Amino acid sequence: MSYLPYALAVWIFAVGLYGVVRSRNLVHLVVCLSVAQSSTYVLLLSIGYVNRGTAPIFADVPKGTRAVDPVVQALTLTDVVVSVTVAALLLALAIQAQRHADTTDPDELSEMHG
Amino acid sequence: MVLVPLVVAIPLVAAAALTAMGQFLGRRVDDLTGIAAAVATTVVSTMLLLRSLDHDLVYWFGGWTPRHGIALGIAFDVEPLSAGIAALAGALMTASFVFAWRYFDEVGTLFHVLMLVFLAAMNGFALSGDLFNMFVFFELMSVCAFALVGYAIEQRAPLQGAINFAVTNTVGALLLLFGIALVYGRTGALNLAQIGRALDGRPPDGLLVVAFALLLTGFLVKAGAVPFHFWLSDAYAAAPIPVCVVLSGVMSDLGLHAVARIYWPSFSGVFAADAGSLRAILVGSGVLTALVGGTMAFFQRDLKRLLAFVTIGHVGIFLAGIGLLTARALGGTTLYVLADGFVKGGLFLAVGILLRRARDGDELRLRGQGGVAPMAGVAFLLGGLGLAGLPPFGTFPGSALIIRSAGDVGYGWLPPLLAAGIFLGLGDTDDPSLSHEPPAAEEEPAHVPGRVSPPLLFGPALALMVVGLGLAFTPGLAGRATQWAQRFEDRPAHTAELLRGVAPRPAGTPAFHPGAAPYVYGAISTVGAVGFAFFGLYRRRLPALLRRVPGRLTAGPAAQLKALHSGVVGDYVAWLTFGAAALGGLLALTVR
Repeated sequence: MSYLPYALAVWIFAVGLYGVVRSRNLVHLVVCLSVAQSSTYVLLLSIGYVNRGTAPIFADVPKGTRAVDPVVQALTLTDVVVSVTVAALLLALAIQAQRHADTTDPDELSEMHG
Repeated sequence: MVLVPLVVAIPLVAAAALTAMGQFLGRRVDDLTGIAAAVATTVVSTMLLLRSLDHDLVYWFGGWTPRHGIALGIAFDVEPLSAGIAALAGALMTASFVFAWRYFDEVGTLFHVLMLVFLAAMNGFALSGDLFNMFVFFELMSVCAFALVGYAIEQRAPLQGAINFAVTNTVGALLLLFGIALVYGRTGALNLAQIGRALDGRPPDGLLVVAFALLLTGFLVKAGAVPFHFWLSDAYAAAPIPVCVVLSGVMSDLGLHAVARIYWPSFSGVFAADAGSLRAILVGSGVLTALVGGTMAFFQRDLKRLLAFVTIGHVGIFLAGIGLLTARALGGTTLYVLADGFVKGGLFLAVGILLRRARDGDELRLRGQGGVAPMAGVAFLLGGLGLAGLPPFGTFPGSALIIRSAGDVGYGWLPPLLAAGIFLGLGDTDDPSLSHEPPAAEEEPAHVPGRVSPPLLFGPALALMVVGLGLAFTPGLAGRATQWAQRFEDRPAHTAELLRGVAPRPAGTPAFHPGAAPYVYGAISTVGAVGFAFFGLYRRRLPALLRRVPGRLTAGPAAQLKALHSGVVGDYVAWLTFGAAALGGLLALTVR
């Protein structure tokens, strides 16, 4: 098993995080957050991967067939649901920011500080 | 046993029923459903607490019990410390619903639905014995909290608070998930006890250190430890009062409780040789958090933001308490969390009464207006003294256990620092150059005519205060808490109980005599808090020299500290990344 998928997951996460830190637009920020989130799918799936394993569906296959780990796939699905919820909520907040504060720049929204 | 899933099921079913039928039934039906569900959940949590006094209640969903000592299913693991926090969540939620009855002039069904789902998620998170299940409830809790903070969405402050809260906590949750994935990759297990057994007898390696640092970061972001705390003051200052009560009283503490919950069953074996360095890291960041929270609270004018920083300061105390890694300190911290949660909840409600009657939450503009809400004044006085640790009320048994435990492990310097954090936070300044004037809220609740606050407003505030302050008088509480914490920390017995159903040996309740030191520190923090409060109120009457010199000396660092709290989410995420790297680096350097 190579280290490449893990390095890829870290890279995607770092790129997304950089975007979140530097973002001047809420929609752009949400997209960056989604990029960072997708790194967890890569990590989870590569952890459960088995060389030459099939999909973990155990109907009509001989006993002892190599299959990838179904647990991480369930975790990934749950994670997808969670990230979609968060992204939807944040995009709704971005719309409200444009409507009521007339800006989508997080820097200009900072009314409270100190 | 059948009771266990009810703490999650009752609020979820009530929320689903309200979603389906709420808009046809009218506001009061929503309120009553909310109160009824919260009361029922509190009763069930309390029953679970009483039934788990001698052994854990383990509930395997769908009957998937462990086979041959290997956990297959997902478990709720109820022991008294977690059940106590779940009961606190239910009680605070009940008080919030009662308060909301008169506090909001208009509120939609969605508010009640979100609050109930939030309660279900907190209970599930507190009782879950499975790492990924914890993550799911963690995220459910987060999403409800984001939406509740941004409930008054047409104003700018809630918008900013909700965005900062959502983005930082989502990044924290991502790190948490990274940690969970790495732990699963290493052990092939998600059950906490099973993870602990899989790691048995191996030295910690790099992967495990990274995974533990990531898990720790995820939970500390939720708790609001420095430098992960920036979102907390923005979110709590902008949330509606009934939401603040629950956020500040329970949610922050749940993050810390989770640290103990993953450390003892899963990692205490593999990191046993490194407990000393882990203790130094956790206590150090706890002290930093307590001092930063206390100092920032000192500079606030907006009462809600002030209480938010007080919350951060107290998170620091809890982190230091849990970080001492002794049974006494863990039991003490849990008692502290319970008393403190009730008192802080009562204080937030008192601020709510002021907001409702004086239409203002700015302490300088409020000065001399105490007559509009005398009951709020009483609540403030009680709450302030309760949080200051006045012996023998409220938080005293908890802090006494922590103080004695700090002495036991050679951390005798800890109590004075924590006492300083407490009294700094409850002291106050009225120097406008140091404090930032809060924006006047665009839409305050309507003013209620009449001299007397309605009982539905001050009743919950006083009830929470009385419970919080009176909790200390339960006989033998300190000893019982120590006993529960010993059971919590006994990893081999816990693993055997969870995976093989071996009942733990009945243990005697250790007696606890606080001795003199806790009384001294309690008196110091109380006198210090009262002194600082008077200093803030009457500083103009002091001689000029006494007034100016401390002001000049502190103005520079104070301005810098305040400038860090910039309100910009990018900065917060940058600090989060720095904190995670620092935590991981420190662990990597000290664990061998």
